[in-house]
Amino acid sequence: MTDAIFNRGTFRTLWHSRVFDTLFFHQPKGEPRKPAIIFVSSGAEPVIVTREELTDRAGRVAHALHTLEVRPAGNHKGKPVVLIAHTQGLESIYAFWACILLNAVPAMLPTLTEKLDPDHYRRNLAEVARNAQARAVLTTDEFAPFLREALPCDVFSSAQIAGAETGQNGADWHAGLRLMARVGGDIGYLGETDNVLYPDPDTVALLQHSSGTTGLQKGVALSHTALLNQLCAYGGALGLREDDVIASWLPLYHDMGLIAGFLLPLVLGVPLVLMSPFDWVAHPALLLRAIHDYRATFCWLPNFAYNHTAQRVRERDSARLDLSSVRAFVNCSEPVRAASHQMFLDRFAPNGIRADQLAVSYAMAENTFAVTQTPIGQAAPIETVDREALQSRLIAEPVPPDHPRALAQVSCGKPIPGSAVKVVDDAGAELPERQIGELMVKSDYMLTGYYHRPDLQPFDADGWYRTGDRGYLANGEAFVVGRSKDLLIIAGKNVYPQDIEALLYELDGIHPGRAVAVGVLDDREGTELLAVLAELDTDDAEAKRALQVAVRQHIARSSEVTVSYVTFVPRGWLIKTSSGKAARAANRDKWLAERENKGS
Amino acid sequence: MPTEADVRAQLRQFILTDLIRDPSFPLRNDEQIITDGLIDSFALAQIGVFAEQAFGVYIPDPDLTVAKMDTLDLMVARIMRDVM
Repeated sequence: MTDAIFNRGTFRTLWHSRVFDTLFFHQPKGEPRKPAIIFVSSGAEPVIVTREELTDRAGRVAHALHTLEVRPAGNHKGKPVVLIAHTQGLESIYAFWACILLNAVPAMLPTLTEKLDPDHYRRNLAEVARNAQARAVLTTDEFAPFLREALPCDVFSSAQIAGAETGQNGADWHAGLRLMARVGGDIGYLGETDNVLYPDPDTVALLQHSSGTTGLQKGVALSHTALLNQLCAYGGALGLREDDVIASWLPLYHDMGLIAGFLLPLVLGVPLVLMSPFDWVAHPALLLRAIHDYRATFCWLPNFAYNHTAQRVRERDSARLDLSSVRAFVNCSEPVRAASHQMFLDRFAPNGIRADQLAVSYAMAENTFAVTQTPIGQAAPIETVDREALQSRLIAEPVPPDHPRALAQVSCGKPIPGSAVKVVDDAGAELPERQIGELMVKSDYMLTGYYHRPDLQPFDADGWYRTGDRGYLANGEAFVVGRSKDLLIIAGKNVYPQDIEALLYELDGIHPGRAVAVGVLDDREGTELLAVLAELDTDDAEAKRALQVAVRQHIARSSEVTVSYVTFVPRGWLIKTSSGKAARAANRDKWLAERENKGS
Repeated sequence: MPTEADVRAQLRQFILTDLIRDPSFPLRNDEQIITDGLIDSFALAQIGVFAEQAFGVYIPDPDLTVAKMDTLDLMVARIMRDVM
């Protein structure tokens, strides 16, 4: 068996630099031809980028950005923020590493999709740019002129970057290599003047933006130290080895995609097989083919992806694929459901899938990524607890699986090194094991803070982060049972119902306070689906039909999600709280009960 | 061998029941189902599975795209091309 990466001497030495990218940029010396990224797609041949090529390309883009005056000020505090709003592909990856090389702060952001309203997207991006006081946005040629009209910073297109890479302003791409050589020489700054040293490990290395609409979207600022500590702790917990291969379809603007499906492999020297999330969602067999072709050993998936893959990969697309190389599929980012694991296991058992490959992690962007992890090589433990005791007495009482009130709970595992988890009641007092409360996390890889948002304090007085998740601990393992905050998790995307409701109120015919957005768990999809309930003044069928379409269109074009159910109810149907607001949970339960009665 | 009318009727039923989740929704043949947000792009994979199960038509990945499958008309035409 190959040694774990952490036993290597070079790794240990580089570790002491305390700057996370030195690991990435110095490892190629030993293995320049090792694939760093294999980019696969359904419509083209795979593109293999070696570590050497990735370093070259990043250096060339770094040079271009430097030429375009994206430069740090002459101290550690003046790092320019660069928003990367590209289609997910190699170009966005080169841009990310170029920013790191330049000692700029990159933030990966979603791109415009077919369904989104371009004006809405641009407004959101402008808001993010203002909040982050961004220096520049990097985007496609097609999109750059449109963004330039409204953004408070420079917008550089692919062509501008390429132009600056290849010789405009008197430079050519070899300059990038020269810069790289200087970096390689002394981990120093690459520029015409030596006014910036390599970054202070405690300064911000990158931003991760939480999902959500304008106003709630905030940049999670992570330092070099936090990233290094997380990658070390998590890589160690996984027992990551030199012969591992990570396969990922995840978006790089999401913590799971950015950390587990991007930085972890690249920084620790493990090949990454990557694809576009848009390609995967339409062609889920792409991921399985990638695993088969490159003998991938790790793959992170949100819960819905187990259902999507199990149900939407056609037999002939999976028939000859061997998935036995995988050491772990890690379920993360939304509530884990035992039924989803079982569906995946049943569907792909003929392809070599075993229960011991199905692992679970509990993670969040504010903790860089992983908080807990179940042991690799073992099925994530499942226990059955009394549903009634859980809901009414807030206790996870174990019962036999055949108990009439048995509820399966999948363990998220124990905290990884450097993390601690506790459960507290509403008053903040720590609860004993098996009592349900809010999960609190503390680690040595927490966020520095929300970028330029001193008004948002993520920690309590003792440095614990309130996760907003409800759960319990049992034998030191964390179990998540729900949310304290009003938040829906739809196919791995965090959606605030109040944002959806605000969009509904923008429509003629829907009045403020007379609509709710709720999540309903869906067994087939393995995730929550978005349902909208709205009181209307009209009974006119044609008007209702028009509004039904308008609701679906408006939410789809102005948010990251689509609506699965639109239900119009008569005036007075919605249950209100004592303060006059529509009570989401009570209305969801009322609607579900009515649906069930109609169905029976 | 299913006729175009059969394919259209079955596909419409599938989209309304399984994807839009509202059997009474008055879907037009040329309605842009994905770009107008009635369903999301996850549905492309579902349509691929349905076309194979219901009509024995395997739609290759390069044809399962938003541009090529955005309306009921487009889907019906693509399936009819390979109906044996």
